Amino acid sequence: MPAAPERSIGLQFDQVEKRYGAVYALRNLTLNIAAGECVAIAGRNGSGKTTLLRVAARLVRAGRGTISYTGGTSNCRPTIGFVAHATMVYDELTAEENLLFFARLQKVENASKRVAGLLGEVGLQDRKDSPVRTFSRGMRQRVAIARALLAQPWLLLFDEPGTGLDAESAAWLTSYVHKLRDSGCTILLSLHGESEMARLATRAIRLEAGSVIADTRRGAMFQSIFAGAVN
Amino acid sequence: MLRRIILGALAIGLVACATCASFYIAPEERTMGAIQRIFYFHASTAWAGETTFFVCFVANLLYIWKRKPQYDWLGVTCAEVGAACITVVLITGPIWAKPVWGIWWTWDARLTSTFVLWILYICYLLLRTLVDEAERRALLSALFGVFAFIDVPIVFGAIRWWRTQHPAPVIMGGEGSGLDPVMRKVFFFNVLAMHVLALFLIVERYLLAKTRHDVELLQREAEAR
Amino acid sequence: MALLLNAAVLLGKEVRTEFRSRELLSTTIVFVLIVVVVFSFTLDPTTTESRRFGPGLLWMAFLFAASLMLQPCFLREQVNDTLSALRLAVQDPFAIFLAKIAANTLFLLLTEFLMLPVFAALFNVSFGAQLPAILLAFFLGSVGISVVGTALAAISAQARMRELLLPLLLLPLLTPILVISTEVTIRLMQPEPYVEWKGIGLMAGFDVVFLTVLWLFGEYLLEE
Repeated sequence: MPAAPERSIGLQFDQVEKRYGAVYALRNLTLNIAAGECVAIAGRNGSGKTTLLRVAARLVRAGRGTISYTGGTSNCRPTIGFVAHATMVYDELTAEENLLFFARLQKVENASKRVAGLLGEVGLQDRKDSPVRTFSRGMRQRVAIARALLAQPWLLLFDEPGTGLDAESAAWLTSYVHKLRDSGCTILLSLHGESEMARLATRAIRLEAGSVIADTRRGAMFQSIFAGAVN
Repeated sequence: MLRRIILGALAIGLVACATCASFYIAPEERTMGAIQRIFYFHASTAWAGETTFFVCFVANLLYIWKRKPQYDWLGVTCAEVGAACITVVLITGPIWAKPVWGIWWTWDARLTSTFVLWILYICYLLLRTLVDEAERRALLSALFGVFAFIDVPIVFGAIRWWRTQHPAPVIMGGEGSGLDPVMRKVFFFNVLAMHVLALFLIVERYLLAKTRHDVELLQREAEAR
Repeated sequence: MALLLNAAVLLGKEVRTEFRSRELLSTTIVFVLIVVVVFSFTLDPTTTESRRFGPGLLWMAFLFAASLMLQPCFLREQVNDTLSALRLAVQDPFAIFLAKIAANTLFLLLTEFLMLPVFAALFNVSFGAQLPAILLAFFLGSVGISVVGTALAAISAQARMRELLLPLLLLPLLTPILVISTEVTIRLMQPEPYVEWKGIGLMAGFDVVFLTVLWLFGEYLLEE
């Protein structure tokens, strides 16, 4: 992946609020993420991690506040790679068909070549003609990551990507995210607890009840973000 | 509070006067006799219902645009009051029809279209009961409300065209067409009375929706602590 | 242009998925057949009566079938949250609707064209002379059903009791299509058939109006 940090995208949340009925998923959230940062987002279930990522991807509309993107090559919504717990691919189609479909939708140049390359990178070239429903959880996650990377996004959002992965797949995922981080992508990673992947982050924030309660860069406080202790 | 009481008193007063006017001031219709007087009530309620549906449509559009819960409350309020008005219309029509035509119902253009209109707004209200989360419910019902309102003139047009192919007894004469001047005045007085009554019902129902919302908020906050 | 290209790619995926399993088409065709047979038990029509009542029954059968066939439209996209992937991939969310409308129209038309000869044989009616007009009427009717049905499928996918909700919302909204298409089809199946152009125009108008409304409000239907 070519390093082109000037195309990296920064993200700005300004007093963002999202309610579901009387429950605040995000409450008065202000957060500035610089281009190229790799941010780990920690928090218990229901703290707002998923909502934060989906709002960042403009999949969920914030009730109040604004989300803006800085940097990048154009002013419209940038290309965003999103990897969630759901694979976001079609079980009835093969891995190759899925990727070709999404590549054509996003007008990726030389779609076939790009798909073949990505299948190789994620280690699925041998299974490219198998329907995704025959894949294990780890293999499905690899297809999901390949799908997210098709259009070479500079903003990547991962929502608990390690869930359900065995040790081998988790290690592969960690090394892949490592590569992406080093290439200059801006990465937001929501994680349950500390893990190998968390150690990739250059910054960690902790959410509770929809608000940021701790925000620190690599250092002494880093571990405590994941332990849940806040000073 | 005082304003609500005044509005309520005004509504009841106007409806009472309008009813008296329908019975004692309006002359008796030549061919149909006394039963024709139901027309003043029937047609004026229909007009009030149509007005509330239009307000519902505007409220739906405003909610989609602005996302303020007040527009959602106004939308559901108008849909309920409108549905109530059309229920009255669908009941008073047959009450008139039975002595005059000898039948309770016929599938003439206006009745059929009104029935479909009524069903559309019942569907709007039903949809609201099947979505749990408040903002989702408001948005989905507003969108369906827009579809329904735009469909209404098409329904009326299509059924009228269909009826020109298959004529059936017309259950009510045209409103206001060929009406005696006194009858016309009584009719429009009834229209005014029905609109004021509808306004009163809308205000009360709206305040109920607002109170319900406030109570739910307080309940959730209490549970959260 | 980008909108149409995206819609074409999406349509290709919808068609490929359906033709691989053929679940939707096969169940819809069998359902229409069952409805037609059941109607014949209740009516036992003569040929004249078949010409008079048959088109209405046929359109009702297609409407009921459509209200079932449209259910998976957006439910399928909820399985692996592929709808989010689509929303991220396309610039204009209307492309998603256009593709699904085109796919649903295609599947409905396939069902109708398979059922028409069966209906003609079972009820002794013929419409060979006016085949182009019949095709046009069924095309416009199917587009109308698909446009409204796809929009309502997006709504009902987010509600409870969705299997019941979609037919509940769909049938009243489609009253104009049912009324007009029945009349047009009756005229075309008479011994001296003729084309009711006013009806054809009304159907086309219905399609244009609701397609426009969906274009204006579609993105809100997909919103979270």
